[in-house]
Amino acid sequence: MTTPTSTGMNRTGIQMSPIQAGRLLEITEERPSRPGEELTELVQARESFYRESSPVGTVPPAGSMKGMATTVLETIKGHKPTVLIDKLGERLAFERTGVRLYEAVLTKLDALGSWDGGPTREQLMQIRDEELQHFQMLKETIEGLGADPTAMTPSADITAVEGSGPLMVISDPRTTLSQALHSLLIIEAADLEGWNLLIELADQIGQSDMADRFRAAEQTEQRHAMLVRQWLTQSVKADAERQMSSAQGGG
Amino acid sequence: MALHLMDEKGVALDQQRFTWRELTPEPISKLDDDAFTRVRVILMNGIEQEANRFQHLCARFNAHLRLPLARIRRVEHHQQTLVNWLLPPDQSGLETTIAYEQVAIEVTAAVAMKEPDQYLAQAFRFGMLEDFDHLYRYSALLDRLEGKDANNITQCYTDIAPGRPTMVEHRAPEDDLREHYDRSKAHPLSKLHTLTIFAAEYQTRDFYMNIGPTFADPVARQLYAEIASIEEQHVTQYESLADPNESWLEKWLLYEACEVYNYYSCLQSETNPRLKKIWERFVDYELGHLQVVMELFKQHERRDPAEVLPAELPEPIRFESHREFVRQVLSQEVDLTAQGTRFLKGVDVNESAATRAYRDYLNRDGSATETVAADYIWQPGTEVAHRHAMPRQTM
Repeated sequence: MTTPTSTGMNRTGIQMSPIQAGRLLEITEERPSRPGEELTELVQARESFYRESSPVGTVPPAGSMKGMATTVLETIKGHKPTVLIDKLGERLAFERTGVRLYEAVLTKLDALGSWDGGPTREQLMQIRDEELQHFQMLKETIEGLGADPTAMTPSADITAVEGSGPLMVISDPRTTLSQALHSLLIIEAADLEGWNLLIELADQIGQSDMADRFRAAEQTEQRHAMLVRQWLTQSVKADAERQMSSAQGGG
Repeated sequence: MALHLMDEKGVALDQQRFTWRELTPEPISKLDDDAFTRVRVILMNGIEQEANRFQHLCARFNAHLRLPLARIRRVEHHQQTLVNWLLPPDQSGLETTIAYEQVAIEVTAAVAMKEPDQYLAQAFRFGMLEDFDHLYRYSALLDRLEGKDANNITQCYTDIAPGRPTMVEHRAPEDDLREHYDRSKAHPLSKLHTLTIFAAEYQTRDFYMNIGPTFADPVARQLYAEIASIEEQHVTQYESLADPNESWLEKWLLYEACEVYNYYSCLQSETNPRLKKIWERFVDYELGHLQVVMELFKQHERRDPAEVLPAELPEPIRFESHREFVRQVLSQEVDLTAQGTRFLKGVDVNESAATRAYRDYLNRDGSATETVAADYIWQPGTEVAHRHAMPRQTM
């Protein structure tokens, strides 16, 4: 069976086309490159756009901010609640997409199976459910602030763009469970940093109860990241072992 | 105040110029701009794309028109660039798809409500209910693949619910063709409506054909393949509504008038001041194109453009929610089907053998539009927001 680590007809490198490569390199001999060039024009062209562009969007005014939640927000002294709402919206979107990502990985596990020291169905289901719990907790937190949990905040938007790569890898039927786990590792690492930032933000504005809830979530996410890392390491080691034993067996 | 189509000179063609910087404007905000600003951007991209397509076809059959076609087409091309580059990069392909379906629903509904010809209005309503269903299917995909809420894009203007199920929209080609309007009798508004919806559907077909293979998820790839096929049917339907006896120049006149009409409609309703200026500029550019084509019409056909064009532009397209109209059509016409050029009640009883055989074969191995949306009911904040996790033992 062909696996992603089997040797095959990968045609992307220059050494796979010795004759055509020789012809191709004629142009580099005729027009040698100038290493160290700073691409000043390109940088300047981008710079002007960077300076002049508006942000991707703004944090929506909380509809019920005027109502009962005003008291909650008033306790956040000296702090613009929009920063918190933006970041809460980011984490909410991330955890919600996390539920879908773990569902996709579960399907991959069911279809392809696992390995010694790899994930089990139960483990993946538990992580999915914990992502869901985090999402629900964030939804309640946002509602408690009188903000709208259905809004896509600017940070939620950006985080979805960031997560689009891992999503593609995980949902691609050609990728292995191990490759999907590699993408999950990126997700879990970013998630951990997201929670750490939220904890600091909640502490800074004197919301200790909120910070405690986020700490509990962060602990759970640490476990997720550790598990994914272990499963991935086992997979790569097992691949290498298989390769070594087949090399020895084949003489 | 109504716009006098033939009296307004607009900007002369040789004064219509762009720089690369102008052609790549700052995009609209996915989060902050009104959904109808996005609807207008997508619609106008479709209008320009169809203008370009028509003008190329026209050039292939009319050597004597090639030069003016090339001159006007170059400007149209750049207009399309400027308009389409207004879409922001943080709007994913699937989110843009949601917006395309919102265009198909709201603009077709607006047109169907104003259409003076009963048969054409029926055709617009028929297509609209099918696109309505597509929005629901794509929303299910967005929710179930990416964990995102389609309403972040549609902004509560448009219902997300099943329409005529996409699975039964597949029909044999002979059941997609319609009776065409009569060029000598049809109201000018009917001609503008037909062109507008035809252009919007054609770009939707092309967009899905381009974007479908960029998805990794196999069900997403199937979903785009299935819905793109319906968009191809819609292009077939709307294209057949136009009178094939119109001359090339007569059609060109209508295309230019259609562009004026659509930009003018955008201008009347735009809420983003930066875009309002773009629509205003392009109304003037299109009036300039119209002047050139009116002269060509007089010169080559020895006819008065007033035979074809209305003196005043009709009331602009209303870019607004048509929720009540759509719900009413849904309740009355969801089980409508087409046999030949007729619309009939009853999917099961009134369909041709050709359509039944065609559909049964296509759906033989299942339909992604059904798979992706099984038991899907749109909920604010996605269906995940209404799911509760069962506590499990710690690992």
